[in-house]
Amino acid sequence: MVNTSAVVMEKSELGNLIARLWAEGYTVVGPTLAQGAIVFDELRTADQLPIGWTDEQEPGSYRLKRRDDGAYFGYAVGPHSWKKYLFPARLTLFSIERTADSFAVHQGSTDVPRYAFLGVRSCDLHAIAVQDRTFLHGPYVDPHYERRRERAFIIAVQCGTAASTCFCASMNTGPRATQGFDLALTELPEAFVVEVGSERGGALLVGLNVRAANGEIEAAHQVTETTKRQMTRTLDTSDMPALLYENLDHARWDDVAGRCLSCTNCTMVCPTCFCHSVDEVPDLLGERSERVRQWDSCFNPELSHVAGGSTRPDIRARYRQWLTHKLASWIDQFGVSGCVGCGRCITWCPVGIDLTEEVAAIRGSDRA
Amino acid sequence: MIAQPLTVLNTRRAPRPRLGVFKFASCDGCQLSLLDCEDELLAVADRVEIAFFREATRRPLEGSFDVSLVEGSVSAPEQEAEIRDVRARSRFLITLGACASHGGIQALRNFSRVDDALAIVYATPETISTLPSSRPASDYVHVDLELPGCPINKRQLLSVLAQMLSGGKPRIDQHALCLDCKRQNVVCVLVAHGSPCLGPVTSTGCGVLCPSYDRPCFSCFGPAPQPNTASLAERFQAIGLSADHIRRLFQMFYNQAPEFLEEARRHE
Ligand code: SF4
Ligand code: SF4
Ligand code: SF4
Repeated sequence: MVNTSAVVMEKSELGNLIARLWAEGYTVVGPTLAQGAIVFDELRTADQLPIGWTDEQEPGSYRLKRRDDGAYFGYAVGPHSWKKYLFPARLTLFSIERTADSFAVHQGSTDVPRYAFLGVRSCDLHAIAVQDRTFLHGPYVDPHYERRRERAFIIAVQCGTAASTCFCASMNTGPRATQGFDLALTELPEAFVVEVGSERGGALLVGLNVRAANGEIEAAHQVTETTKRQMTRTLDTSDMPALLYENLDHARWDDVAGRCLSCTNCTMVCPTCFCHSVDEVPDLLGERSERVRQWDSCFNPELSHVAGGSTRPDIRARYRQWLTHKLASWIDQFGVSGCVGCGRCITWCPVGIDLTEEVAAIRGSDRA
Repeated sequence: MIAQPLTVLNTRRAPRPRLGVFKFASCDGCQLSLLDCEDELLAVADRVEIAFFREATRRPLEGSFDVSLVEGSVSAPEQEAEIRDVRARSRFLITLGACASHGGIQALRNFSRVDDALAIVYATPETISTLPSSRPASDYVHVDLELPGCPINKRQLLSVLAQMLSGGKPRIDQHALCLDCKRQNVVCVLVAHGSPCLGPVTSTGCGVLCPSYDRPCFSCFGPAPQPNTASLAERFQAIGLSADHIRRLFQMFYNQAPEFLEEARRHE
């Protein structure tokens, strides 16, 4: 159900909300058009949003299309996820400098932006919660993630359209966002219904032009109900993790290995994948060295390269590692599935490999 | 011969390691990448003695080298002896670019009879002495490290030198270009525009030059390890490329790389 502390905000007021966040010291980031896709970048004004645009997504294909209305959020998730801000693709952890008789260590910058994420979908709220378990709730806390995460202000958007690749309903991660946000917007034809999810969310609304909601609450509820009915893709998780563990030698792994490019795209766009490599980058003069952390992937043969060779020497081993980790051993490791059903890996796989199909094929001829 | 890393941590002590730069059949682009280092070049000159580099100094070829950088393919008869001579003088031999590691663009002539090619290109073909094919240094001598690219990326070269000078075993990244696209927030041109991008089977190194400008990758850095060219080619077919177009894509900078050779053959 929709939060009863919901209010109604005119669409034209969204610009003021963005301005207010900037005024309070937030760096506002959210969806905008670039390079033929809806990506995340800094937003100074509401008209930088992809107003009147939508996306058509299929396995291995993404196309922007015009909508026949002026919807602000009439599209599904794009190639970027919020991990680009919380878990940056490249980060200098620290540097070491030679001194006269020893060396000095300089910490990487701790001066990180206070982000306000505008337009976080339900699947992505769940994805952030999944990464929280990895970076914050295990035996070791990642200070870089923690610093960014604890300061982030989250404005969710309730999904009004699903892409053909979405399957959050199967993963119990959407389409309705129920927690983990400061504010949540539902877009109606004429206005936004704004749910308040935290005290600071409520505080931000003070002074903005909003009014009490009446019939709009039911209308907002219907938005996500309709989206849920639109969703065509499904993933049956009833027998996970056992299904994959019992089929480690299934012929389907050879089949998918014939198609998979081991290109890493699926892991890069996945909002929960956290693999990274840490390298020492010395300068030419031997005076300084930086320790750099970068996104990496189980599809990169180098990631599993240890003394003597690679532990996952071929594409079959790498694809199987990815899928079994994502859907099965993640549950053993973190208590939740590593997949939130956002569909990004399906759309952004250059050859359109669809994990829901791979799982269905394995299930279809279980222990073949 | 197993190469030893240059353990020269205490660099302020003479003698500095000797560096040689050698040119075979090439366009000079890779050597120019080295000259293009400008600021860093001074640091290089500080740490190593540039003992032979025709493009930059007049010093004659003499003595031995701790590191030799070899640009270009072996294409003329006298170069066969030259590459062996460079090897004999060198502790660590690094090839620069597609020519030195795979024969380069000029290896396109390997697909035809050399006399036919000479007749097309030269007014007096009988005055030209050339080998029937353009060949990589590794066909003749042991190569310690091959830097990919047409031309190489100067950052990759500097990084290799810096690693060696710190006493480490030099390594370069070898993942597919796609990883860099995503690290740099570049939207995939294959998925979003249907452009035939070779990035999924191409080695990292260029810094995502083409996809950053909405252009598909042409594989200037050659095949990534275990490239699944067949699956990518099938995708190209599905987006409407002709067999001939696909063949040409695999017959460019790295036309002699075994994986690309084989894929091109499948579309003849
Ligand atoms: S595995 Fe695919 S569908 Fe699941 S969360 Fe990752 S990108 Fe989204
Ligand atoms: S499943 Fe697709 S995106 Fe993932 S590595 Fe394989 S080809 Fe690339
Ligand atoms: S643009 Fe090319 S290199 Fe980049 S992700 Fe797409 S297929 Fe890979």
